[in-house]
Amino acid sequence: MDPYDTPESTPRHGASSRLKDYFIGATPLWKRLESVRKQASFVPTPPRRKIPQCSQLQEDNDPQKFAFLLHKQWTLYSLTPLYKFSYTNLKEYSRLLSAFIAAEKQKGLAVEVGEDFNIKVTFSTLLGMKGTQRDPEAFLVQILSKSQLPSENRGQKVLWTGWFCCVFGDSLLETVPEDFTCVPLFLANGAETNTAIVGTWFQETFDCHFSSLAINAFNLSWMAAMWTACKMDQYMATTEFLWSVPCSPQSLDISYAIHPEDAKALWDSVHKTPGEVTQEEVDLFMDCLYSHFHRHFKIHLSATRLVRVSTSVASAHTDGKIKILCHKYLIGILAYLTELAIFQID
Amino acid sequence: MVFPASLGSGLPKQSLGQLRSAVQTVLERVHSEPSTGAWRSPLSLVGTEDALLQQLADSMLKEDCASELRVHLARSLPLPSSVDRPRIDLIVFVVNLHSKYSLRNVEESLHHVDATFFLGKAAFLATGAGRESHCSVHRNTIVKLAHTYRSPLFFCDLEIEGFRATMAQRLVRMLQICAGHVPGVSALNLLSLLRSSETPAPEDL
Repeated sequence: MDPYDTPESTPRHGASSRLKDYFIGATPLWKRLESVRKQASFVPTPPRRKIPQCSQLQEDNDPQKFAFLLHKQWTLYSLTPLYKFSYTNLKEYSRLLSAFIAAEKQKGLAVEVGEDFNIKVTFSTLLGMKGTQRDPEAFLVQILSKSQLPSENRGQKVLWTGWFCCVFGDSLLETVPEDFTCVPLFLANGAETNTAIVGTWFQETFDCHFSSLAINAFNLSWMAAMWTACKMDQYMATTEFLWSVPCSPQSLDISYAIHPEDAKALWDSVHKTPGEVTQEEVDLFMDCLYSHFHRHFKIHLSATRLVRVSTSVASAHTDGKIKILCHKYLIGILAYLTELAIFQID
Repeated sequence: MVFPASLGSGLPKQSLGQLRSAVQTVLERVHSEPSTGAWRSPLSLVGTEDALLQQLADSMLKEDCASELRVHLARSLPLPSSVDRPRIDLIVFVVNLHSKYSLRNVEESLHHVDATFFLGKAAFLATGAGRESHCSVHRNTIVKLAHTYRSPLFFCDLEIEGFRATMAQRLVRMLQICAGHVPGVSALNLLSLLRSSETPAPEDL
C-alpha cells in the first residue's frame, strides 16, 4: 500500500484508487456483508414465486435416473459452504470416509456375533440435479454393506444414503469466495447414527456446519399451494393436512383430507396470475379450507399449527422431513428447499 | 393565564373572585400531582391469547407507578357499550405469530378503533417470533400492518418471564406518557421519536 511505488501517478491518486478498490466491493466478503445488511433492513417477502416446472437441464435426463430418490423419507439439513471440496477427489473421499466410519464403529462398541463390519462408501455425482449452469453439481454419498458370504448374490445393501445439492442458489453463490463449494441442501435417509458420523467427517474435513432444517407453518402452506398448483396426469394420493392443537394434557391432531381434484379445482378458482404464485393466493387458498372446516366443526384451524402437508407431488413435515413422489417436479421442490436452506444459513 | 390587574376594575368584586377561583381550580387540575389519583390511566390490551395477556397485565400491575394503573383485557373490539368505563389512554394489540387467527382478530378489531388513537395511543405487540419453526404468520406481515397504521411495533416473547417484565416496564412508561403524566412529552412526541428514519413509508413497499 506504499503510494510511492507508482511514480507515474501522483501518490494521492494511487492511494485513493487503491482505497476505492478496497472499499467498492471487489472482495466476496464485502458482497456478503452487503447482502446481510440488505436483509437486515426492511425487505418484504417475495410475494410471488414461479410454479415449479421441469427445468431445461432435467428434460434431457432419463427420469429413471432419479427414481431411487423418490418414495423415500428424507431428513433435511442446511449446510454452510464446503472449503476446498473438489469433484475430482471423490475416490479419495470415499476411502477416507470408510476408514473414518470403521474407526468410529469400533470405538468401544460391543461387536455382535455375525455382524459384518465391511462397509463401503461411495461418492458419486448426480448430473442434472441443478437449476442453472452456475449451480454446483449435486453429489451422492452412500454407505453400502459388503456381504462376506459368497452365497449372497445380491452383493451390496444400501445402509444409508445422503445427497447434497444446490438448485437455483444464486443468492448464496454470488457472495461466496473462490475456494468454497456451495451445496446448502443436504438430504439424508437411514440411521441417525450414520448421519451423525458422516456429518462429523464433513465438518472436520471441509470446515462446514450442518443444522437441521425445520419447516414452519408459513412455508408449509406455501408448499401446499404450490404443489396443488402442479398439473398432474393422475393423482396417486389424497391431499392431506395435519394440524396440531396445543392443549393440555396432550396435544390433539386434526387431520383433513381432500380429494386431489377438488383441491386443484379450488386452487384454480383462486389462482389469477398464470405461471406465478402470490402470497394473497396462498392465503386465500388456506382461508377457504379453514372456513369450510369452521362451518362444519366450529373450530378455527387458523389458531392451530400446521404440521404436515401431503399431496400427490410430495409430502412435508414440520420437523424437516420430506418425501418426493413425483419426478417431474423434483427440481421445483428442491429449488424451494434450497431457498429455505439458504435463508437458514443467513 | 395571567390576569392583568386592570381587568379587575370593570367587574364586581364577588364575580371576579368566583372567576378567579374557577380558573384556579382548572389550573390545579391540569397540573395536579399524579399521586392524588385524580386521573386514572387505563390501558387496554386486545388479543386472543388470554393466558399471555393475563400474565402481561399481572407484570404491569407489579410495576411501581405513581398513579393508579388499570389494565383492561379484551378479546376483540368493539367493547360492549353498556358498561361505563373511563377514557382509555393506550391500546396495545397483541398478535401471536404462531396463530393466523390472532392476526385476523386484530385486523378486524382495528376497524372499530377511533382514528385519534393512532396518534400515539395505539401500539402493536408481536409475540412468538423467537420460535421460528412454529410461526405461521410472516414477520413482514405484522410489520406492514404496523406501518399502515403508523403505530409502533414491539417484538416480545411474552412466554419468557424476563422479556415480559421488561416489556411491562416499557408499556407502563408509555402509558404514563400517553396519559399526560410526564411533563414535556406527549403521545405524539413519543410516536415521532419511536418512528425510525430508516424504515421506508408503506407506499414504497
